[in-house]
Amino acid sequence: MGGYIARRVFTMTWMLVLLSMIVFVLFNAVPADPAALTCGKACTPQVVEANRERLGLDKSLAEQYVDWVEGIFFGRTYGSGEASFECEAPCLGYSFLKREEVTDLLVDRLPVTASIALGAVILWLGLGVTSGVLAALRRGQWQDKTITAVAMFFYSFPTFFIGLVLLFFVVIRWGLLPYPSWIPFTEDPWGWFQTMILPWFTIALINAGFYTRLTRSQMLETLGEDYIRTARSKGLPERTVIRKHGLRAGLTPIVTATGIDLAFLLGGAIVAETIFTLPGIGKLFLDSATTLDLPVLAATTLVAGAFVLVANLVVDLLYGVIDPRVRLR
Amino acid sequence: MSAVPFDAEVSPPVVGAPSSAFLDVRDLQVEFSTEDGVVRAVDGVSYTLQRGKTLAVVGESGSGKSVTSNAVMGLLNPKQARITGQALLDGEDLISASSERVRELRGSRMAMIFQDPLSSLHPFHTVGKQLVEAVRIKRDVSKAEARARSLEMLERVGIPNAPARIDDYPHQLSGGMRQRVMIAMALINDPELLIADEPTTALDVTVQAQIIDLMRDLQSEFGTAIVLITHDLGVVADMADDVVVMYGGRVVETGAAHDIYYRSEMPYTWGLMSSVPRMDLGENERLIPIPGTPPSLLAMPPGCVFRPRCAYHTEVEGNRCDLERPDLLAAGPGHAVRCHIDQSRRRELAAELFAESWGVEGDR
Repeated sequence: MGGYIARRVFTMTWMLVLLSMIVFVLFNAVPADPAALTCGKACTPQVVEANRERLGLDKSLAEQYVDWVEGIFFGRTYGSGEASFECEAPCLGYSFLKREEVTDLLVDRLPVTASIALGAVILWLGLGVTSGVLAALRRGQWQDKTITAVAMFFYSFPTFFIGLVLLFFVVIRWGLLPYPSWIPFTEDPWGWFQTMILPWFTIALINAGFYTRLTRSQMLETLGEDYIRTARSKGLPERTVIRKHGLRAGLTPIVTATGIDLAFLLGGAIVAETIFTLPGIGKLFLDSATTLDLPVLAATTLVAGAFVLVANLVVDLLYGVIDPRVRLR
Repeated sequence: MSAVPFDAEVSPPVVGAPSSAFLDVRDLQVEFSTEDGVVRAVDGVSYTLQRGKTLAVVGESGSGKSVTSNAVMGLLNPKQARITGQALLDGEDLISASSERVRELRGSRMAMIFQDPLSSLHPFHTVGKQLVEAVRIKRDVSKAEARARSLEMLERVGIPNAPARIDDYPHQLSGGMRQRVMIAMALINDPELLIADEPTTALDVTVQAQIIDLMRDLQSEFGTAIVLITHDLGVVADMADDVVVMYGGRVVETGAAHDIYYRSEMPYTWGLMSSVPRMDLGENERLIPIPGTPPSLLAMPPGCVFRPRCAYHTEVEGNRCDLERPDLLAAGPGHAVRCHIDQSRRRELAAELFAESWGVEGDR
């Protein structure tokens, strides 16, 4: 197990390095002069060149990459002499448009996106797995048919549509909830909850639809397994058969699917944060893309990629804990 | 054990008669409704089994032998299967009993082992955990006591180094060991009835013999009655006291093992016998397969179900075999046959067919 983790972490490190290179090259290949973007309308060529030098954009691409990576681990100093400023590690770059260090930008927005993402995952797993199991146990009966139909319904709508419909009816038409505005959990838990509930449902409903179908089919397959018949032949009560023997095996693929779907969370966060105007990383990413704030774009992509890699490692390790047959590798 | 004397006590499978048998299945019928129509997988099956004896249920895939025993064990989904008839376990009807009552009996008075021990054991739990669970569901004992009992059973079924193996997962054991674990789990609460559904089919030939030996040993030690479901007549010869031959959901021949082996009067049974490799025949002797395939349960032939594959239907006047369903009629003490051919003619045919292998023993 230790060797396995070590190997996985090693591979992961290389993938991160590769990802950082791709991200870096890609965003530097954008047909826009990053230095020219650093100052506004009343810009003079002198200022542009000064900024180019301060940001190290006059160096070769390879040198810039080294500077960038160095900054992440050890921090870096932009410019020299009077005009220089320090960007402490982990320094992911400096946004001239926002006049802020990218790391600070991300850290400020992390709680918003984390709140949305965590809640959404819990909600979609809760809804999807519960209704999927219920549908499987009531196969062919009205409960099954209703659940399957509702799941299909939500699965068929794009996230932004669900989000807009929720916003329009729940907030604007019926006034059931205040208009969402970000309140940190630590300041006002109830306010936080009221703000978060619509973004959660916006992301969760479509996924819950998918997870309902997945759980249902997995449970049905598992309940047809020979070892379930063995459990029944021992004289275990049906509840124990399903809980102890069925759920454990039936829900294992759900863990894998969740790991993969975490990768799409950023996409969901972009939509939810945009619709409900919440200052999260998704909104930051979208804004940076439209304004060509390249340092922010690069950093966000890298952080999101790292998150996906870590999430997948956690899922694989979890899989080893659940299924003893996987441990032998 | 294989050859039972002719006057051995075998209750004839007569429906409705009072019986002292430990397991008494009477006119069992199982129907499944499918999208293509109602399938009668088991049609009027009756058999009896005394304590400590072995009854072999023989037949091809799809003959209804597994469905019969699953119905007895209460393992068929009541939403899908319609079961009628009776299955008396020590006088108590399992078919009309509540599912809760049948569940109580499962694992304590009756137990079951299955064909594929790998898929029949839960892949995520250790062998010990699955055994302990089987003990504790039936007995109010501590985990430690249940574990001690599990270890004892593992040793009894011949698992080497049981104290180490008990914490293994099923995938870490060999096929034979896994089937031993299944047997240990089935017998852990001293059931009086064990249903073994093709217990050796998925195993290596060398291991098959070991498992059969083990079951025989345990039977003589605990006095367990065994229903052995198999299509392997070699296994039947080793273990069975009585044999029920099933075809298309019906019993086509039943009798003491000796009757089936040396005095069989049913063309289907002859076919089964001719397709078993035998050590006592010449090495150039060919195995004769039964032509054709078992009937579709959705479209049963109107007359004798075996008629489309039977080479001897010309022995019967007119087309009775095509039109009239033969009854299961007595052919001797404890021996019954479902066939339109005259009994004397059946005996002649069988004598010709098996002249070489039956020899003197087959003479009446």
